[in-house]
Amino acid sequence: MATFRIQRYNPEKDTRPYLQTYEVPVERGMSILDCLFYIKENLDATLSFRASCRMGICGSCAMYINGLPRLACETQVESLRTDTIEIRPLPNYEIIKDLVVDLSPLFDKHQKVKPWIISSDAVEVDRPTKEYSQSPAQLEGYLQFAYCLKCGICLAACPTVATDKEFLGPQALAQAFRYSSDNRDNGFKERISVVDTLHGLWRCHMAGACAEVCPKGVDPALAIQLMKRKAIFGHKEEQARLLEALLEATPIPGIPKAPEPTVKKK
Amino acid sequence: MRRYNNRLWVKGWIYGGNYGIERYLYTLHRISGLGLILYLLMHIYVTAARIYGAAAWEQTMAFLYGPAFKLGEYLLIAGAIFHAANGLWLIIIELGMCIGKPQRQEYPYVPSVKKQRPLMVALMLLAAVLIIVSGLDFFII
Ligand code: SF4
Ligand code: FES
Repeated sequence: MATFRIQRYNPEKDTRPYLQTYEVPVERGMSILDCLFYIKENLDATLSFRASCRMGICGSCAMYINGLPRLACETQVESLRTDTIEIRPLPNYEIIKDLVVDLSPLFDKHQKVKPWIISSDAVEVDRPTKEYSQSPAQLEGYLQFAYCLKCGICLAACPTVATDKEFLGPQALAQAFRYSSDNRDNGFKERISVVDTLHGLWRCHMAGACAEVCPKGVDPALAIQLMKRKAIFGHKEEQARLLEALLEATPIPGIPKAPEPTVKKK
Repeated sequence: MRRYNNRLWVKGWIYGGNYGIERYLYTLHRISGLGLILYLLMHIYVTAARIYGAAAWEQTMAFLYGPAFKLGEYLLIAGAIFHAANGLWLIIIELGMCIGKPQRQEYPYVPSVKKQRPLMVALMLLAAVLIIVSGLDFFII
């Protein structure tokens, strides 16, 4: 048996959240999410929480469990090493009901950093003449950050988000780096004008909390520092691309010509 | 529909909770920074006594000679040393040094904040030594 103390809040009845206690027969291998489902099915059907994939891939079950924000489905009850478990909704968001918070600030901030490949060549995007090539090393330069679930855990952990509503937050800043360090992308200038601002990059003072709690090893703290480096020293890939163009113009003798493009020019 | 705002506000940055040491340094850096600004304001106010003539100046200096101000001065120097060491650490980190490179995650994942820890420990030790030495200089020698 484990004791679950869960924060409840019903916007229609309550003015403040309160804690409610449940006893759950815990078996080996049960995750926190399993226990929440047990409560909902057997003890109290009014308990609200969000979950979908129950395998750490949809990012909907983030909550504040025993003093740290985590994914309920990825947290084994046993790993907490205690019989009293306290579950609260993620901090730094608005509570809709019980453990359900409104993540829309997260999505809005994510959108602000233009999280897509921006190409400077509109004609090429419309009528591509060749593939976008990417070497494994280039892929590795951003792949880690592409695993972000948008679970919102990092914003719940960040001490700057706690006091600064406008701060873009670890998730969005990490995605700014993810797209800017993609060799197919040309949007660095557009993105830096969004993140190199008063409530952007420089509000991060490396508390490291986001990197510690991110369930996917996205390491937003790392991405933010690398983005700061880009903001200071400029964007290496852009310089590399200029160099490439130069090489393309004067083929070096003895090096075989590139294969014919697979998509024909019209 | 009514919502409950769960933003942590000041408690969120003061209280480090279960996070790593760097999370506590974040709080200390802000507090020491605010302390330094407060000192600067007091310093300007106190030294302004000079414009009211030598007598006023002598009087203020005599007032500042008490043990409470000596302790305050020591706190100031300790805060300044910490703020400088932590600032140096932040500059190194923000230039993307000592925090590792992007890579495919292997679990258990070791985050950047753990990778840079030796640097942080070295700089904090340096700060501690300087704070102790200045303490000796202040109160004993
Ligand atoms: S960076 Fe990590 S903690 Fe933040 S939203 Fe993405 S997956 Fe969640
Ligand atoms: S239910 Fe999908 S991440 Fe937990």
